[in-house]
Amino acid sequence: MSKEKKLFHRKPKAKKLNRSVAGNGLLFGLMFICGIFMALPLVMIVNNALKPLDEIFQFPPKIFVRNPTLENFSDLFVLMNNSWVPFSRYILNTLIITGGGMVGHVICASLAAYPLAKHKFPGKNILFSMVVLSMMFSWTVTQIPQYLIISWLHINNTYAALILPAFSFGMGLYLMKQFMEQLPDSLMESARLDGASEWKIFWSIVMPNVKPAWLTLAIFQFQQMWGNTGSLFLRNEELKPLQYALQQITAGGTARAGAAAAVTFIVAAVPIAFFLICQSNVIETMTTSGMKD
Amino acid sequence: MAVEQQISAEAMEIAAKQKKLGYQIKRSRVSYAMLAPYFILFFLFTVLPVVISIILSFSYFNMLEMPTFVGWKNYIKLFLEDDIFRIALKNTLLFAVITGPLSYILCLLFAWIINEFSGKLRAFLTLIFYAPSICGNAYMVWNLILTGDRYGYLNGILIKLGILDEAILWMKTEKYVLPVLIVVQLWLSLGTGFLSFIAGLQTVDKSLYEAAALDGVKNRWQELWYVTLPAMKPQLMFGAVMQITQSFAVADISIQLAGNPSVNYAGATVVTHLLDYGSTRFEMGYASAIATVLFLLMIGTNKLVQKMLRRVGE
Repeated sequence: MSKEKKLFHRKPKAKKLNRSVAGNGLLFGLMFICGIFMALPLVMIVNNALKPLDEIFQFPPKIFVRNPTLENFSDLFVLMNNSWVPFSRYILNTLIITGGGMVGHVICASLAAYPLAKHKFPGKNILFSMVVLSMMFSWTVTQIPQYLIISWLHINNTYAALILPAFSFGMGLYLMKQFMEQLPDSLMESARLDGASEWKIFWSIVMPNVKPAWLTLAIFQFQQMWGNTGSLFLRNEELKPLQYALQQITAGGTARAGAAAAVTFIVAAVPIAFFLICQSNVIETMTTSGMKD
Repeated sequence: MAVEQQISAEAMEIAAKQKKLGYQIKRSRVSYAMLAPYFILFFLFTVLPVVISIILSFSYFNMLEMPTFVGWKNYIKLFLEDDIFRIALKNTLLFAVITGPLSYILCLLFAWIINEFSGKLRAFLTLIFYAPSICGNAYMVWNLILTGDRYGYLNGILIKLGILDEAILWMKTEKYVLPVLIVVQLWLSLGTGFLSFIAGLQTVDKSLYEAAALDGVKNRWQELWYVTLPAMKPQLMFGAVMQITQSFAVADISIQLAGNPSVNYAGATVVTHLLDYGSTRFEMGYASAIATVLFLLMIGTNKLVQKMLRRVGE
């Protein structure tokens, strides 16, 4: 420990406090070894998508591609163009379902999380515990009552059947509430003294201060909605999302193994792109906004 | 007279209380308005289905005929007659006790280490470590590694090193199923909790670290325990709940790697058992009873864990 202290004193301009060189080296090594293992699925998806058919069926299978080609993608595009419902329609459906479910959930959950974190009112604890507990019940069983309720509301076979339940997932509210709880009360108090309404405080003070939280929530919700094939609630082919159409292509069996590898790539690449956009913003916010009360 | 007086006094008290509650509710109009959109949908699409499921757990329901009330029969069958449920429960508990705390610590550890890096490298590392959760084909990798012949990567390496003489059918040998599933689950564990810790670490007030350094915090480990962890307690609570819901509800990896049913039910968990009844045999009453038992189990664990987490940083 004394050594570390010396290091710290010798380098007063070091970026971070209390960091030893040995510790940095140890952590870096650990990250590198674990990172290789964690990156395996990414590496496989990219390599598989680039493999020509003979390499896909090669036995024993190899992880790395030898003769990379974009054949799989051109195969996929041919199949897409042959589909009965134009592919642009599936993409539009996905935009509506994923975008709507995500934006709506982030807004509804944040709006409900604010009073739960910062206001006092009767029923507060009961409402909050119900949300936390609801996450512990198996969705496999609740699916059937949920289906009945959706039919009863006559929103079966509409976008709403997928979007509306997504607004009220439990995790988002819990996540937002935990982050809002950390905000100092003085932040809101001074705005109240200036005559700001609660809505205004929520929108222009609370939300900007918990940006890392809702960007993270957006990632979770995007992933959740993107993976939804909607096959339980949507019957009309014109309403189904991209994920469903892509799965139909994959279901074509061995003849479509190449296109299927391209599908796997696209299905993973879109949430990854979204993830990177959000994640780099999570970091940016905190470095630019700097001082918090 | 005395009795009358007493009654009127009580009535006054109750009236005053009601007035107070009514007043409180009225005063909190804005709060309720903010809660309304979320909670109306929440009651409709989550609370109501859960309540219906719990009610169904006391019935026989095959999804074709109307459910018939059977009392505690499903629960009695579950605990007294269903041998597979006993195996599944044992596996699930073992699984949760091992992977739950370990995954949680891994999430925290990696989030904390990644937080030490800065800029683009940080976003990149986060992606790499979150990759198994976002790629969706994680099982594919493990199927390749665990293939039961000499060409499976694990068998290949072990034979080359001279540790094994012949290939092992990993997912078809009873004693290896659960340990392998535990390893895969740990590998998959950097998910929701991990990302929320990453975000949580971003919101820790930087001036706390400077103050702590002046107060005699000497290295990064002390800083972690005395400054960082207490400052992100809300995220720790959140992460714990997510961890519990994941460790107890494990099913997908078991079904993908070991199959359902697995060899001699070595990979059976409460949720694979539930899926067996719910989506294969269409006995929704019984499946609901399994879900309710699991629900109670998770609630109990959650109570325990939250109590422990309150003591962080003390």
